[in-house]
Amino acid sequence: MIQVFLAEWRKLRRPTLLLGTFAAALFFNGLITAFIYLMIDSPDGNGDRGRTITREVLALPGGSVNGFASIGGLLGIIALCVFAAQSAQEYTYGTLRNLLVRQPRRLVLLMGKYGAMKSFALLLTVINAVVSIGISLYLSDRAKVTTDLWFTSEGWTEIGHTLVNVYISIIFYAIIGIALGILLRSPISAISIALVWILILENLIGAVKPVTLDWMPGNQFAIIAQGGTPDLSYSHALTLGSFYVLLALLVSSFIFTKRDVAN
Amino acid sequence: MNSNAIEVSGLTKRYDNLAAVQSASFAVPRGTICGFVGPNGAGKTTTIRMLLGLIAPTSGTGTVLGHSITEPEKYLASVGAMIEGPAFYPALTGLENLKVLATMGGIPIERVAELIDLVGLAGRGGDKYKTYSLGMKQRLGIAAALLPNPELLILDEPTNGLDPEGIQEVRDLLKKLAGEGTTVFVSSHLLSELEIISQHIVMLRKGEVVFAGAIDDLLLNQKPTIIVRTVNQSDLEKVAAMATAQGHHVTIRHSEAHIEGPHEWAPVLNQMAFEAGIVLSQLTPTLPNLEETFFEMTGGQS
Repeated sequence: MIQVFLAEWRKLRRPTLLLGTFAAALFFNGLITAFIYLMIDSPDGNGDRGRTITREVLALPGGSVNGFASIGGLLGIIALCVFAAQSAQEYTYGTLRNLLVRQPRRLVLLMGKYGAMKSFALLLTVINAVVSIGISLYLSDRAKVTTDLWFTSEGWTEIGHTLVNVYISIIFYAIIGIALGILLRSPISAISIALVWILILENLIGAVKPVTLDWMPGNQFAIIAQGGTPDLSYSHALTLGSFYVLLALLVSSFIFTKRDVAN
Repeated sequence: MNSNAIEVSGLTKRYDNLAAVQSASFAVPRGTICGFVGPNGAGKTTTIRMLLGLIAPTSGTGTVLGHSITEPEKYLASVGAMIEGPAFYPALTGLENLKVLATMGGIPIERVAELIDLVGLAGRGGDKYKTYSLGMKQRLGIAAALLPNPELLILDEPTNGLDPEGIQEVRDLLKKLAGEGTTVFVSSHLLSELEIISQHIVMLRKGEVVFAGAIDDLLLNQKPTIIVRTVNQSDLEKVAAMATAQGHHVTIRHSEAHIEGPHEWAPVLNQMAFEAGIVLSQLTPTLPNLEETFFEMTGGQS
């Protein structure tokens, strides 16, 4: 499996993909983190969907990763797009047949791909956490936010928890991306269906009937990144999210190992 | 050790009611070059995909290098393949594309540079695949197939897009590999090429094997032919009718009548045409070649 992992990284490390993905993630990360601090006194709010994140909240031990937790869902969507494209392109380019000639154990190939994805997600998580915390620290003075509790042992624990939560969320999104890529065998279809569902349909349905958000996969993944919300507990989101991901893993693995490779 | 690199028996692949390959049985002896021919849609690529474990047969059995085709992990490390043209990542360089496959297969990375040189891509290996010409892509595909230093090389149309010099290079390369003991199973539309390099041939028509064996046996079984052209195109049918009346089988192809018969019968035909007032512009006794035989056996281009 290590051979598959290393081969996958040869593809993932190409500058346009790696730098492009990280540049996009860091751009939104910087924008959202800075927005929280720069708009702290705005009557329109400084958080997601017009919520206000006060100085008192930001001064708590978990304040340093407040911005980072907010962008967890977005990082996940970026990962979903990248890995949906990566898996679907193996079919559209016809490269899957070459890979399977060199590694005929299909499950090993798939597990190696998942391994590479997890390491990519880890890199995405850590770099964005560092940048988000750095921006928060830099803007805290200007926003008159006290940072005394940020790097206490409790503060480090909060950072650790948030990192793990965002990492899980990104992996969940990426697994759904890979599964859609395998099922649909078209990058455009896989990405557009995922984005339309997560960004539009879930919100529309949720707006009409808010209780449905408790069951929507995209919402669960975003809430995992945030460590739970007052409306939905972390454990509920993690349990339901894990169920969706397990289902996607089983279905995509079955199809990947059994389906004829005819393109 | 099994004396055949490939053996299939009753191999069938059905898609709904359509049989892409129907009960195919053939063997490819080790260390030979075996041509795999058939019209478009005859089932060549489907057969190759079944041999490589990419497609599961509906029924039938097969072995590659002595292992069942249901266990491709047991033999693919010794097999190189290019299926249905080269397929690589456009944004990666030629070198990186080969390194992906070398890493995947646990093949030493040093082999990549050797192969880039061998297939004539030296100096272009660092360029992105999407900038390659069709011929260069084809060369990279051949390099990828050679990565594992294969015991069995399966190539699907390897000379597509190559210039005459490239075709000659591929021909020489395949002969060299076969000389070193590699079995080469190659499909091509260039039948004259296959006739030059192949010792064996497998011929498919509408998913069924119409011939499998030594190419010499195939050609020996074919009857000699006299090719006739007439100055007036309308006279060709009359010549065909005369030959048919004398008990000779005739097919008209590309404004030519192909009349089965020994070369001794050519003067007789010439005399008959002369007496009928028909002027012949060509009267050529020929021994059967692979192309003729192919068209006859697959029923194409008549």
